[in-house]
Amino acid sequence: MKLNINGKDQEYAGEEDRPLLWYLREDLKMTGTKFGCGVAACGACTVLVDGQPTRACITPAVSLEGKKITTIEGLDTPAGQAVQKAWAELDVVQCGWCQSGQMLAATALLTATPKPSEQQITDGMTSNICRCATYHRIRGAVARASEIMG
Amino acid sequence: MADTATFSPSRRFVLGVVGFGAAGFAVGCDLRAADAASGPVTQTALGPYVRIGTDNTVTVYLRHIEFGQGVSTGLTTIVAEEIDADWKQMRFEHSPANDKLYGNPAFGGMMGTGGSTAIFSSYEQLRAAGASAREMLRQAAATKWKVDPSTVVVAKGEVQSGNNKATFGELAAEAAAITPPDAATLKYKDPSAYAFIGKERDPATAFGRLDTQDKVHAKAQYALDYHPEGALTALLARSPKFGGKVASFDATATKAVPGVTDVVQISNGVAVLATNFWAAKKGRDALKVTWDDSAAETRSSEALIADYKKLLAKPGQEARKEGAGVAGLKGAGEVITADFEFPYLVHAPMEPLNCTIEYKPGESCTIHSGSQMPTGDQAAACAILGLKPEQVVITTLLAGGSFGRRATPDADLVSEAAQIAKAVEGKAPVKLMWTREDDIRSGKYRPMNVHRMTARINNGAIEAWGDRTAIQSIMEGTPFLPPGTPDFSSIEGSNDIAYAIPNISVDVHLVKQPISVLWWRSVGHTHTAYAKEHFFDVAARKAGKDPVELRRALLAKEPRQLGVLNLAVEKAGPVPAGKSRGVAVHHSFSSYVAEVADVTVNADGTFHVDRVVCAVDCGTVINPDIVRAQMEGGIGYGLSAILGEALTIKDGAPVQSNFYDYNVLRMAQMPKVEVFIVPSTEPPSGVGEPGVPPIGPAVANALLASTGKTYSKLPLGTKA
Repeated sequence: MKLNINGKDQEYAGEEDRPLLWYLREDLKMTGTKFGCGVAACGACTVLVDGQPTRACITPAVSLEGKKITTIEGLDTPAGQAVQKAWAELDVVQCGWCQSGQMLAATALLTATPKPSEQQITDGMTSNICRCATYHRIRGAVARASEIMG
Repeated sequence: MADTATFSPSRRFVLGVVGFGAAGFAVGCDLRAADAASGPVTQTALGPYVRIGTDNTVTVYLRHIEFGQGVSTGLTTIVAEEIDADWKQMRFEHSPANDKLYGNPAFGGMMGTGGSTAIFSSYEQLRAAGASAREMLRQAAATKWKVDPSTVVVAKGEVQSGNNKATFGELAAEAAAITPPDAATLKYKDPSAYAFIGKERDPATAFGRLDTQDKVHAKAQYALDYHPEGALTALLARSPKFGGKVASFDATATKAVPGVTDVVQISNGVAVLATNFWAAKKGRDALKVTWDDSAAETRSSEALIADYKKLLAKPGQEARKEGAGVAGLKGAGEVITADFEFPYLVHAPMEPLNCTIEYKPGESCTIHSGSQMPTGDQAAACAILGLKPEQVVITTLLAGGSFGRRATPDADLVSEAAQIAKAVEGKAPVKLMWTREDDIRSGKYRPMNVHRMTARINNGAIEAWGDRTAIQSIMEGTPFLPPGTPDFSSIEGSNDIAYAIPNISVDVHLVKQPISVLWWRSVGHTHTAYAKEHFFDVAARKAGKDPVELRRALLAKEPRQLGVLNLAVEKAGPVPAGKSRGVAVHHSFSSYVAEVADVTVNADGTFHVDRVVCAVDCGTVINPDIVRAQMEGGIGYGLSAILGEALTIKDGAPVQSNFYDYNVLRMAQMPKVEVFIVPSTEPPSGVGEPGVPPIGPAVANALLASTGKTYSKLPLGTKA
C-alpha cells in the first residue's frame, strides 16, 4: 500500500499494527519525528494527518492510506514556515527533543486559528510536554508566528 | 558527529592552564568528508579545543554534552571572544572521550557534565584556548607576510597587516606549526571590548544559540537518531521490584514474534533483540520471566516514610552546629516543628535513554550515546568487553534532556548494552532502547526523604533552627565521595543556611535500601531549599514578622543573597489584587537566585501559579539569554515536581509507568516568567540548576500567605 508523506508516495509493506512513528524513523530514516512515550501522552511524535495533529506512536501506518501525512521534514505551509521562523527568532529550543511535535501542534493551531488568544494558545499546546519547560517561549513563539503570517 | 582526530604524539606539547595543571595540548589535522560543492574540508587543530577548517569555520570541541542547557553556545562564545571570530564561522562538536585532554577540573579531572559546572570550570581554559589560537594565527601571518607581529591585527575572523589580509582558514596550517605562547603571557580582551560575552541574542546578526537552526529544522542528530545499517534493537526486561534477579525465563512466545532474533540474559535482566523496535517490544511483551525476589525491596512508600521518621527521633550525623546546636531548640519561647515529606522523583528526559554499540570481538567497539560521563562509559565497556581504552571509541551525540539522568557513575546504560553486544558476539550493531515505562520504573530517582524542621521562636525572633533529614545517599559508593567525607548531596542547602540565627543544628541519617537514586537537577537543593525556605516563612509568621523583612534582617551580611532578594521583590512590584505572594531565596552551585511567585487561590480551593519574577546572580554572564532560558526552564522543572510529580512504591515496585500517571508540568500550568540578572564581575557560576530550588518554597509561601497552612507533604497537588 502507499502512504503519502510530505507530498511523496511511499510504499508500506509492514505489519498491520506497526505505528507510523517507527516506519518514519526506522524505514524512511526520517528521524525528525520523535519517540517520547509510546502511548500518545506527550506529543513528541506529533505529525499532521490531513492537517490534524496526530500521535504517530499509536497510529498504525496502515490506517493512513489515502491521507496526507506531514512531518517536520515537510513543514512547508505558510503557517509551518512562520512557526519555524518564530521558533528560531526566539531561541525557543533547549534540548529540542519535543520541538518537532510542538511546532506541528502550533502549525495545526495557527492554520485553524490564525489569530489565537492566549487561552487558545494554551489549549492548543497543552497536550505537548516539554521537560525543559520551554512553554514560556513557546507561547511567545506561537504569537510571533501569528504576526509573521500577517 | 565528533571525529576521531589524529593526535600526533611527536607534535604534542604542554600548556599550563589555570585550574587544571598541565593539560596535554595536541595538534593535528583530519580530512573531512568531501562536500560535492566545495571539495574536501581540512580541519587543523590549534590546541585541543579549537579547530579551523579550510572553509574558515572555527569548531570548538565541547568536553560537556549539549542536552539543552546551552553549552554548545556558551563554551563556543568564550572561544569566539578571545580568538576574535565572526560569529557566523563558529561551530561546535562534542570532544572524544579523553580525561587527559577533556577532563572536568570540577570532577577531579574526569570528563563529566553536571553540577552546573560547564561555564565556570571551562572559562579560564577556553579563554586561554581562544587567546592562544589567536596569537598563533597572528604569528603565522607575521611570518608569512614578513612583517612585525605587532602590526598584525585580528578582528571579526580576519587577520590583517597593511594591505595583507587572510582568513583564519587560510592561515590555519601555518598557525599549527607555531609554538603556542606560554599561558602566562596570553593577553585577554578588556571586557569593554567584548563582542559576544555578555551580549544579547540578536537575530539580525545570527548571534544566538548555535543549536537552534538544526533543532528547528530537524537536522540535529541525537543518540536515538543514530541507526547503523543492520542494527538490532534491544529492549531489556528488568525486575519489577527493586533488587530482584532473574530466576528463569521462557522465551518461546518471544521467539515466535516475527523480527525477533535473539533473547539473552545479562546481569540485570533478559534482553530481546529484533530487527526493529516494534518487534522487540512485542517480543518483550511476550517474554515470561520468573524473578527471584529474595533480596528485593518489599515495602511501600508509606512504610519507608514511617521507617525514616523512626530514625528522625534520634540525632544523625552532624552537618552544622551554631551556638548551642540541637540543645538550643530547648528554652524560652515556643517550639514549632513539622515533618516535610518528599517523594522519589523521575528525571524523565524527553528522549528516552538509549545507546548504540558496534562491537568487533577482540578488536574494537564504537558507542554512540548521549552520556554525561563518556570516559566512565568507556571504562565500563572496556571491562565488559576486554578491550583497551584506545579500542573503545565514544561518540557523544546530542541528548534530548537529562536533568542528571545521563550522569551515571555505574555506567548503567553502556554496561547493559555492552553485555548484550557481548552475548550476541557482536554479530550486528546493538541499539539498546528504553521505553518510557523503562525510564519511569527503573530507578535512579531523586531520593525520597523527610526533613524534620524545628524552630524556637522567642520575643519575635527565631532563636534556634533545627533541620534533620533521613535520606538515601546519592554520592556514597561513587568516586565523588571519598570514604569518611560527609555526603554533601544530602545536606547541601541545609547545612549552609545563611540566616543569622544564633543556634543552628543540621544533621542527617543516611538510609540504605535497594531503590537506586541519582542526582536530579539541583540534587540536594531540590528538597533542602523547600524545607528551609518554606519553614522560614512558617517561623517568621509565628514570630509575627513579615517573611521578606525578616530575610533582609537575617541576611544583612550576605550581600549576594540580599542582592537577588531585593531585586526580585522590587521588580515584582505590588501584590496584584486577588493574588497571594510568596518569596524564596537560595544559594546553589555558586549562584544566587530569588523567586517571587504570585498565585491565585480559587474559591473551590484550586490554585494557579500566575507569574514568577526571578532574580539571578551568576557572576560574569556569558550569554544573558541562555541564563534567562535556564531560569525559565528551571522554574518550570521545579514547579513540575512540587505540583504533581511523585514516584511511589508499592510492595517494592514503582506504581507509576508513563506520562499518564507520572504527572509533569504542561503549558496550562506554566506561569509567566520574568528574569532579571544582577550585573557582576565575579567569576561565572552555574545556571543549569540554581533556578530550580526556590520555586517550590516560593509557591508554598504564597499558599501559606493565603491559607495559613504549612505545606509539608509533596507534591502539593491541585488544591491549596
